[in-house]
Amino acid sequence: MGNYSTNEFKNGLKIIIEGDPCNIVDNEVVKPGKGQAFNRVRLKNLKTGRAWEKTFKSGESVEAADVHDTDMEYLYNDGEFWYFMDPNTFEQLPASASAVEDARQWLKEQDKCIVTLWNGAPLTVTPPNFVELAVTETDPGLKGDTAQGGTKPATLVTGAVVRVPLFIEESDILKIDTRTGAYVSRA
Amino acid sequence: MILLTGADPAGLNLNSARLQLKKRADLLAKIREYFTSAQVLEVTTPLLCRYASSDPQINSFCVENPESLSVGCGQDMAGSQPLYLQTSPESGMKQLLSMNSGSIFQLGKAFRRDQPGRLHAAEFSILEWYRIDFSLAQIIDDTLRLVGSVIANRPAEILSYREAFLRYVGVDPFNITGSALREVAHQKISVDFVDDSDDVWLDLLLTHLIEPHLGCEKFTVLHSYPPSQAAMAELVFDPYGTKVAARFELYIDGVELANGYQELTNPVIQQQRFEHDNLVRRERGLPCMDIDVDLLEALSKPEMPSCAGVALGVDRLMLFA
Repeated sequence: MGNYSTNEFKNGLKIIIEGDPCNIVDNEVVKPGKGQAFNRVRLKNLKTGRAWEKTFKSGESVEAADVHDTDMEYLYNDGEFWYFMDPNTFEQLPASASAVEDARQWLKEQDKCIVTLWNGAPLTVTPPNFVELAVTETDPGLKGDTAQGGTKPATLVTGAVVRVPLFIEESDILKIDTRTGAYVSRA
Repeated sequence: MILLTGADPAGLNLNSARLQLKKRADLLAKIREYFTSAQVLEVTTPLLCRYASSDPQINSFCVENPESLSVGCGQDMAGSQPLYLQTSPESGMKQLLSMNSGSIFQLGKAFRRDQPGRLHAAEFSILEWYRIDFSLAQIIDDTLRLVGSVIANRPAEILSYREAFLRYVGVDPFNITGSALREVAHQKISVDFVDDSDDVWLDLLLTHLIEPHLGCEKFTVLHSYPPSQAAMAELVFDPYGTKVAARFELYIDGVELANGYQELTNPVIQQQRFEHDNLVRRERGLPCMDIDVDLLEALSKPEMPSCAGVALGVDRLMLFA
């Protein structure tokens, strides 16, 4: 997909380092009074999530990574792959367990997710910020408890376990913030 | 008051813009005051120049020079040769020095085709001055007094390039092989590039491991650079008998603010440095620059005095005003 020169570096640019796609999180040009300029870059490996700092000599060129985000609909999981569909082309793509990672516990059929594609294959999956999921299992609430009271664990239809108020009952539909994993309200 | 009465935020902005302008005007006035009281003459040299810097690290803006421009422009700019926006007023001011100008200073603009960054802009304000018969120690002292009189003064730390490397990197830059230098750099900094030039590795270590420490709650002067980084400075021997460039840089809070030399006034050596610059440019695939024969001619004159000079970034100085 070509190369980028260091003078094209900017935040959000996707490049290949040691074979892995990486995102430029921060780019600073440092230069002594006279002499060689460098790009001091903070990178995030999009596969492993690892963030670290690397320095390039200004003028160096680096392989570009074909990475972009696309809105896709989650279809189903066949035990090995999680399948997503492009709502415009109806193209279906399988995402591996490492791509869905933590997102898998929030995935509900037909929910719209952001799938980050690398060379056309899912690299990471970002679930919607808020999802609505049914409770499959939780202890019955004690009489007289109110919303201000304590919390208890509840297992959701996707297998995720969240802390919920005591008044929540099985088969209630809950609104969950996927960024924190926190209960928001009854849907 | 304005906020409490709910009045226009635009008025507030105008106010702060005016404050900022006033601060800058005061700074420029203080600089002029310093030099005027030291009987250093303010001068103006052309921004548009026939010759550009040959320094391989400096990229000049080239300006087309249509034939029509030569009309009324004097013999110097005749023809269709390109013109360049100056990257510093060094050549023009040295030509004045060779005409018995005495000590001079200039406040103006310079232009460099660099990648813009937090501390780099294509157009910037530059203060440049030259003092007749000053040594490196004297011009360092002069610079500290100037800066201390225009922004809040700080204690000065005078550090040689060698001392700085010993303190912050743990190596003597004048007694280390190229391969050992690269090894140290690779241990301390994550890099993949290859380069044969020791200066690139020294610059890498300097910018990453040393500069962040310089000028913290003080003015740090770094001096006595490797001869390969002399630029337009004279070469001298340091107390260890090592040949070094009589060059210094001033740092405040890790920011490089000024660069000064005991000036090279030997036209033969100057010409050799120009030619070496072009050699490096050719190796790197950069355009070769015409040699600034006007500067060489100035240096050849018997009137050319021994002097020291400094270039200071005025916009950067404003950060500390």
